[in-house]
Amino acid sequence: MARAFTPKVVTANHLLEGDVIYLTATDDWSRTLSEAEVITDEAHAQVRLLDAERQANIIVGAYLADVALGATGPEPTHFREDFRRTGPSNYFHGKQELPPQPQT
Amino acid sequence: MYRYSEFDTEFLAERNAQFRAQVDRRIDGSLTEDEFKPLRLMNGVYLQLHAYMLRVAIPYGTLSSDQMRQLALLAEKWDRGYGHFTTRQNIQYNWPKLNDIPDMLDSLAEVGMHAIQTSGNTIRNVTADHFAGAAADEVADPRPYAELLRQWSTDHPEFQFMPRKFKIAITGAENDRAVIKAHDIGLQLIERDGVLGAKVIVGGGLGRTPMIGKTLSEYVAFDDLLAYLESTVSVWNQIGRRDNKYKARIKITVHEHGIDAIRAKVNERFLQVRPQFKGADMALLEEIKGHFAPPTFREASVASFESAYSNDPVFRSWVDTNISAHKNADHAIVTISIKKHGQTPGDATADQMRAMADLAQEFGYDELRISHEQNVILPHVHKSDLPAIHARLKEHELATANIGLISDIIACPGMDYCALATARSIPVAQKIATRFDELKLEHDIGEMKIKISGCINACGHHHVGHIGILGLDRAGVENYQITLGGDATETAAVGERAGPGFSYDEIVPAIERLVLAYLDVRNSEEETFLESYRRLGLAPFKAALYPEAQADAA
Repeated sequence: MARAFTPKVVTANHLLEGDVIYLTATDDWSRTLSEAEVITDEAHAQVRLLDAERQANIIVGAYLADVALGATGPEPTHFREDFRRTGPSNYFHGKQELPPQPQT
Repeated sequence: MYRYSEFDTEFLAERNAQFRAQVDRRIDGSLTEDEFKPLRLMNGVYLQLHAYMLRVAIPYGTLSSDQMRQLALLAEKWDRGYGHFTTRQNIQYNWPKLNDIPDMLDSLAEVGMHAIQTSGNTIRNVTADHFAGAAADEVADPRPYAELLRQWSTDHPEFQFMPRKFKIAITGAENDRAVIKAHDIGLQLIERDGVLGAKVIVGGGLGRTPMIGKTLSEYVAFDDLLAYLESTVSVWNQIGRRDNKYKARIKITVHEHGIDAIRAKVNERFLQVRPQFKGADMALLEEIKGHFAPPTFREASVASFESAYSNDPVFRSWVDTNISAHKNADHAIVTISIKKHGQTPGDATADQMRAMADLAQEFGYDELRISHEQNVILPHVHKSDLPAIHARLKEHELATANIGLISDIIACPGMDYCALATARSIPVAQKIATRFDELKLEHDIGEMKIKISGCINACGHHHVGHIGILGLDRAGVENYQITLGGDATETAAVGERAGPGFSYDEIVPAIERLVLAYLDVRNSEEETFLESYRRLGLAPFKAALYPEAQADAA
């Protein structure tokens, strides 16, 4: 039997700001992981990645990142994605210092 | 200090205008990211985990106070109020916005600085001994030659699309403070029969395949050196592997072909290249040398220094640790630690940069250096000014007396910033420094080089640390491997792996066990960690690192 599909989100960096963004179900980009569209089907994941890559004038380097479903939405499964949604550990810079952002 | 000619200024203005137009075209959609990426990399612009990063070249690590102030301005105006000095004497800004970067580059050009060739498969910023021109032990100041190399390599048409990046380091002293044996080419200035030239070392490098450089030529006179280097790079450019980026560096080419075969090819190529050099390079070198004429060292009594040294133990400790011998007996070289215990190695705030610039202007003949060990240096200071300098450094949290000690750690940015990293480096460095400060053992331990990389690319030079730490991703968890016995100096050696890695929570206690074991086994307080390791080998240190294994075997 094929292995179960790990849920995913589409993530990238914003072209101008350079910061981490996530694709929402309405084709917008959010700076907050909890607002990302959680994709549970492999074929749909590939379609959504193509949708993201079409927005090349807004984003850089879109890819699919594994998530787990937590109480408040998607949660990273790997520490790299956890740092991406938080910021560096030596200074309180990056996403951790910002209030939840409106969608762009 | 090198002052830009009209040509340098015009070249930079044109280059910056080109890049501004390239950024505009990326933003308006006429360039794709695939088209834009090599262009931004050629201008030092990376995209990291949380933001863009701009890497600015500090050629051969030399800065004037105006340049340092401009670096502070960039930090404040377009970044988060600080900059990160790197292991290749560059500075990185971690938070710029793409559409601000052209303004940052124009601002750098105002003080004769740029970000050209701080990335990409080109000849990178040429690094040099950070004590150049001041050290008591050098044959000659290597920086005029380093500046000649900067001009030669910048936009060199033959060397813009090489198999991989290419790094050159140069020193004027036998005591190697520039890690020349871990560079693609390392140069050591040598005088033979009154004629200045260089020993040429090739094929050193760290990364996933660490190699100590091999001697390509014992001596090449300055007249022939540029042609010889051009021949060397050109041989590699032709036969270096382009099929696999991990086998593309010249160290692999030298390893695969053998140093004798490479030497034969270089000599053959040299016969073709040499006639193209008709002496213009030597005329230029003569002119450049004028820019690096040593300052007129002032004469004054050193009595105030001697009195402070006798009476103030904090000052004495700082002098004993952070001051090096200058070629002028009444002067000293000051290394300013930007590694206060618990701080990020290599980071300086805009305020600190300005404070150091002011000190250089007031007391230091207007010169600063950046070391590959991520500290800042005032290369020429009259000893009578040391008490005043120390007092000012204290006001800016820059007076930590830890140069060459266990908290003077090299660390790459690691996964806190770098998109290539597999684990964090900075917090490991912070915790080690804080822990040994708490134990109050730092000065007892003495000379110790800990170097930490957050991935196999080894920007943190872990292979040549007395203790090297390499952060990896093992099944989705940070894991740290320890190597022992590395050496970055003229007696260069690659460290030996101690055994299985440690988790993020286990790595600092492991280092503590290792260092306490050293204190137990050293045969005197004078024997350094590296000397103990060379005398005793891995066994006693391995036993300290892996006590469970010992217990199992018992």
